[in-house]
Amino acid sequence: MELIMDILIVFFLISGVFFYFVGVVGLIRMPDVYSRMHATTKCDTLGAGLILLALMLAQPISTATAKIFFVIVFIWLTNPTAAHIIARASYKTNIPFASDTEFVDHTSDGAKEERQ
Amino acid sequence: MISIIDAFAIALVILTILGFVCLYRAYKGPSSADRVVAITVIATKTCTIIASVSFIYQKEFFLDVALVYSLISFIAMIGVAKYLERGSC
Repeated sequence: MELIMDILIVFFLISGVFFYFVGVVGLIRMPDVYSRMHATTKCDTLGAGLILLALMLAQPISTATAKIFFVIVFIWLTNPTAAHIIARASYKTNIPFASDTEFVDHTSDGAKEERQ
Repeated sequence: MISIIDAFAIALVILTILGFVCLYRAYKGPSSADRVVAITVIATKTCTIIASVSFIYQKEFFLDVALVYSLISFIAMIGVAKYLERGSC
């Protein structure tokens, strides 16, 4: 039973570090802001979530477990919100897309004219 | 035979190296939104690192630091994004 728990903890830990690695590679290699943000939000939710889950499993149930749970909840609430707001700000300030992006605007005509 | 604490310590070293790699994008980024995205990743990573350090040293009050750090970084990101959008907070 102890061995199964340890294997589970190490599996979650390695998965979390792997997703952080993927997010950082996307942050360095992707061509524009929006695709970089796509990579890094995956790294925030999955990387931090899995590592903190491994931390919850690694110690006996106490108040520390509840605190780590609250850290996970805050990260999962705040990071998508922050990514949404940054993406909206960079869209409104006309930060260019990558050169081979096919841009299809589904909003109304007024918003389309405002962008062009 | 490595213990669970050693596994967390190795993960911490890897995460710290990845944080320095993120600093490259924060330095180089063509637009200011790139820098904000890079700093967001570093903030989340720091939060994870603080929580892991609380497990390694068995000090529970570090978790309070991680909790407050995630909230403060959220407020900072909102402030910077609003500043980019409107030119004022």
